[in-house]
Amino acid sequence: MRLRVVAFAGVREAIGASTRALEVSDGTSAGDAWTALAREFPKLNELERSVRLARNGAFVERDAILRDGDELALMPPFGGG
Amino acid sequence: MKYEITRDPLDVDALIEIVRDKSCGAIVAFLGVVREAGDEDRPVDGLSYEAYPEMALAEMRAIGAEASTRFGEARVAIVHRIGDLALGEASVAVAVASKHRGNAFDACEYAIDELKVRVPIWKKERYLSGESKWRPNSP
Repeated sequence: MRLRVVAFAGVREAIGASTRALEVSDGTSAGDAWTALAREFPKLNELERSVRLARNGAFVERDAILRDGDELALMPPFGGG
Repeated sequence: MKYEITRDPLDVDALIEIVRDKSCGAIVAFLGVVREAGDEDRPVDGLSYEAYPEMALAEMRAIGAEASTRFGEARVAIVHRIGDLALGEASVAVAVASKHRGNAFDACEYAIDELKVRVPIWKKERYLSGESKWRPNSP
């Protein structure tokens, strides 16, 4: 299945793009998708602990199972205001 | 009420007009403004903001609704700017109107405090030295 990954701030810079497609197998969790990206972009490992994940605009835990077409957002700590 | 992410300079007067109402005797407005001292007091040239717009707007609406419910049906509007901002420019504006001033102050403080924790927006400090760094809000 295919995910749409959206990345922000330091995560976006580590990946080198604000959006990208990610091909993963059925049953992949949000955490699995993160791990796959971190293999491709090792700089992500430094950010692992602080990054929160969201699926289709709602926060999810690492064990949330993803579906084809989901948008997975990778979000470092917020700095608004 | 109004909730918006914009690249344009913020107009707090326009925001005040949106919350103004005959039923309200108090209006409180807050502006977050780019200041010259950054992390460890390093001199800042400006800030660059980015947002996850769909999620940020949903969270801003939720915060506004909570502020209204908690503080006497206060009327709340929140606008956050993204893109490159210079010193002295406003990055966020909150306007609140309520029957009496206590709820207006409380709702405004609640809205900006929650925004900093819950809304997916990020800022990068651009230093006079030419370096830059993502600067998260303190937990």
